[in-house]
Amino acid sequence: MKLELRGITKRFGALVANDNINLTVEAGEIHALLGENGAGKSTLMNVLYGLYRAEEGEILLDDSPAHFAGPGDAMKAGIGMVHQHFMLIPVFTVAENVMLGHEQTRLGGRLDLAAARVRVKEISDRFGFAVDPDALVEDLPVGVQQRVEIIKALSQDAKVLVFDEPTAVLTPQETDELMVIMRQLKAAGTSIVFITHKLREVREVADRITVIRLGKVVGEASPTATNEELASLMVGRAVDLTVDKAPATPGAPALVVTDLTVIDPRGQVLVNHVSFSVASGEILAIAGVQGNGQTELTEALMGLQPRVVGEITLDGKSLRGHSVRQVLDAGVGFVPEDRTEDGLVGGFTIAENLMLDRSHTLPFVKRFNLQLALLAEFATAKVKEFDVRSQGIDTPVGRLSGGNQQKVVLARELSRELRLFIAAQPTRGLDVGSIEFVHERIVATRDGGTPVIVISTELDEVAALADRIMVMYRGRIVGIVPGDTPRAVLGLMMAGEPAPTTTVPTPPAPIEGAAA
Amino acid sequence: MSTIAPVIVPTQPTPPENGPATAVIRNWKTPIGLGVFTVLGAIMLVGFGRDGISTMVLSTTSDLIQLPAVDLPTRATGIVVSLLLLAIAAWSAWLVRGARKTPIWLIGLFAFLLLLGFLVWASAGASIPIPGLLFGSLSLAVPLIFGALGGVISERVGVVNVAIEGQLLAGAFTSALVASITGQPLLGLLAAMLAGVLVAFVLAAFSIKYFVDQVIVGVVLNVLVSGVTGFLFTQLLAPNAATLNQPPKFDRINIPLLSEIPILGPVVFRQTLIVYIMYFAVIAVYVGIFHTKWGLRLRAVGEHPQAADTVGINVAATRFWNVSLAGAIAGAGGAYFTLGSVGAFGKEMTAGAGFIALAAVIFGRWDPIRATLAALLFGFASNLQSVLSIIGSPVPSEFMLMLPYLVTIFAVAGLVGRSRGPAASGKPYIKS
Repeated sequence: MKLELRGITKRFGALVANDNINLTVEAGEIHALLGENGAGKSTLMNVLYGLYRAEEGEILLDDSPAHFAGPGDAMKAGIGMVHQHFMLIPVFTVAENVMLGHEQTRLGGRLDLAAARVRVKEISDRFGFAVDPDALVEDLPVGVQQRVEIIKALSQDAKVLVFDEPTAVLTPQETDELMVIMRQLKAAGTSIVFITHKLREVREVADRITVIRLGKVVGEASPTATNEELASLMVGRAVDLTVDKAPATPGAPALVVTDLTVIDPRGQVLVNHVSFSVASGEILAIAGVQGNGQTELTEALMGLQPRVVGEITLDGKSLRGHSVRQVLDAGVGFVPEDRTEDGLVGGFTIAENLMLDRSHTLPFVKRFNLQLALLAEFATAKVKEFDVRSQGIDTPVGRLSGGNQQKVVLARELSRELRLFIAAQPTRGLDVGSIEFVHERIVATRDGGTPVIVISTELDEVAALADRIMVMYRGRIVGIVPGDTPRAVLGLMMAGEPAPTTTVPTPPAPIEGAAA
Repeated sequence: MSTIAPVIVPTQPTPPENGPATAVIRNWKTPIGLGVFTVLGAIMLVGFGRDGISTMVLSTTSDLIQLPAVDLPTRATGIVVSLLLLAIAAWSAWLVRGARKTPIWLIGLFAFLLLLGFLVWASAGASIPIPGLLFGSLSLAVPLIFGALGGVISERVGVVNVAIEGQLLAGAFTSALVASITGQPLLGLLAAMLAGVLVAFVLAAFSIKYFVDQVIVGVVLNVLVSGVTGFLFTQLLAPNAATLNQPPKFDRINIPLLSEIPILGPVVFRQTLIVYIMYFAVIAVYVGIFHTKWGLRLRAVGEHPQAADTVGINVAATRFWNVSLAGAIAGAGGAYFTLGSVGAFGKEMTAGAGFIALAAVIFGRWDPIRATLAALLFGFASNLQSVLSIIGSPVPSEFMLMLPYLVTIFAVAGLVGRSRGPAASGKPYIKS
């Protein structure tokens, strides 16, 4: 089916999210929609899917205008969507999720689960998905959950399938498999809209590329364009995709983790006998697909996990079993992976957020009183130093863009005397400009002699920053490899395959007796 | 760390092919809890043991099959029960030592034995009418069950229903008024359901359309209904009690054969129409929620409204009509107060039943059958108190009055622990 969007304009108050966008997707074509976070790609697709109503413009399917009052109408017209945040109900089975919204019933109004199972099986077999119709969705890995989303759309005979940032949660291998599925769908005559900001994937699978910036179509490109060309089109200026950094000069091991195990309340081992060390003046990147224990590992280091076995020492002193306060006082700086949830208080001002971790003692608190004048001076200096774009230090951080919010978090964490710096997903959801800034600050911290741990699911980021790379899979370390390890090797390691033996380096020897 | 903190024993690394590794967590909460109750039970049953004979009367005079009364020597029974309690607590400890969980039926048996011991101890030298005890329990549980069913539906669709109390009270008032005027208890029941729906409309409108905090709307509604019915009662019903507050009660219907089953028959099958409707409602809500299209959509909206929206389900409408339905069911529970048990409306006559029903919803983990069982437990605790005060047990009646609430607190806090409700319950769905 041919899909055409003509002059779509969507406003949210004063913000124009989509400004007169035209887009044509031919039948059986994979059309990539490329743009930075916040460029308006998802908004456009939500208009197409009937979730948002556009102020202007029209949608044409096979050259006849279509009007969607809601997603139900869009589905009936043959449009399916694989959402970035899966629209699946975790406590339902696969079959229940697939049947939801257009349930078949048997006598007496009872649900016909058998029919739904057959439908799931049939589609699943057609594409070689291997999805169990009776599995609870919450028990499935994200890659399989995504397939459930695809099955859901196909069970409604979708002719146009929209993939909204589908690779954000996948391993490189799962991403490759998804590419295969997309080509299969295309061969079966399905039109595909592929929304992403990852350049390599676009060049690999797309037939045509439309680039969106700040709500406008800024150009079309062919899949033969180079990364630099696409990136500059996306950002609007020439971008340097590499990080300038001198070779590391590691000192003595500062953080030594020995046989660390983290267990959740149900007895699942989330981090499984992990041992590693980080030297001062080096960046250890922890790579891995989301949900393989990286989050819990950092939380254990910070004192946020209640069930931890093993030993953590920083400069010879034990950190295990200490409160977060004590860990912070020991000189650990921490950028949490979800800045709006764990890093900042949205309703507080920039200045207040900058002193959140020092709310109990001098210099900002003297005899139970906030030292507001000192805080204002401090905040003004930090806002300038970290280039936080805002209307002033009294702006609530909730109103800042993601990049500026992250700069506030960095400013707070880096303004203390640090003995260890941990940054979890430091550039998630940031624009290219902010990514450059954050990366520079992380490298500068390393060059100042601080041991740095960067946790990232993005291979680009890992490759750009790491001096050594530690790959985690299902809670254990697959291997620790040099920073220049080829992508293909890292991809395999992220799927649990150990690195070829030749590339395994000897990590700096732990300090003898440090754990005692 | 306290003594009940789980003890962790990580297992040795297992190959990654075996899926996520697990560790053994020994949770000593259950055996310690059982141990504490064993000690308390033994102090009461043996330490303060009473002498005499306790008589359990198992049949009413009108029963076809007459069972003989059971005489139990009070002190000896207390000792035997204490030993059995000790054995169960020890068994539970042994199970946990081997990293196994204490089965729920064992905890149930423990509770039953403790209860039996207590009944025997309290009735030394007197007799307890078991059918009467159970019958009264069911009577007290009826409005709780209706309220809990309303709560289950409402919470499953994503709206916290604190207004059950108000819906019960509105139902009780309206049914008394309408049944008195028309002389038809059935019309009274319908009016009660309508009153429940009206209260639910307000809750639904404010929480779904205007995104007002659901708990606050619920609490305010309770106060409002209490005020309005109280005012109308003093101004209207009390002065004209003969014409406006003397509703005909539902007649008792004995089901042939079934009502002659020993012990349970007279309790379950010699009831009024409203109770039979309740049996039907429990089954209908259970089947509906878990086996029909209606239930699937309702649960989807309560778990992940956005996902429901993306498959074309109207979230606001689904919530609105199901909250209204919940109001109708709770309203019917209100009618039981006036048309089933008391026979006239009294100010504040629901006396917190709506909140106990809410506790039953949580204790029952948002499942209609479990919530019904929880409501029956609370009904039993309430009735035990009145039966014991009649036969003159040594426990102060003030303490016995606390019993239903103590049971509620222990049940919700101790047995349920951290239970997971519908994910989106209490959260308004704001479409952007």
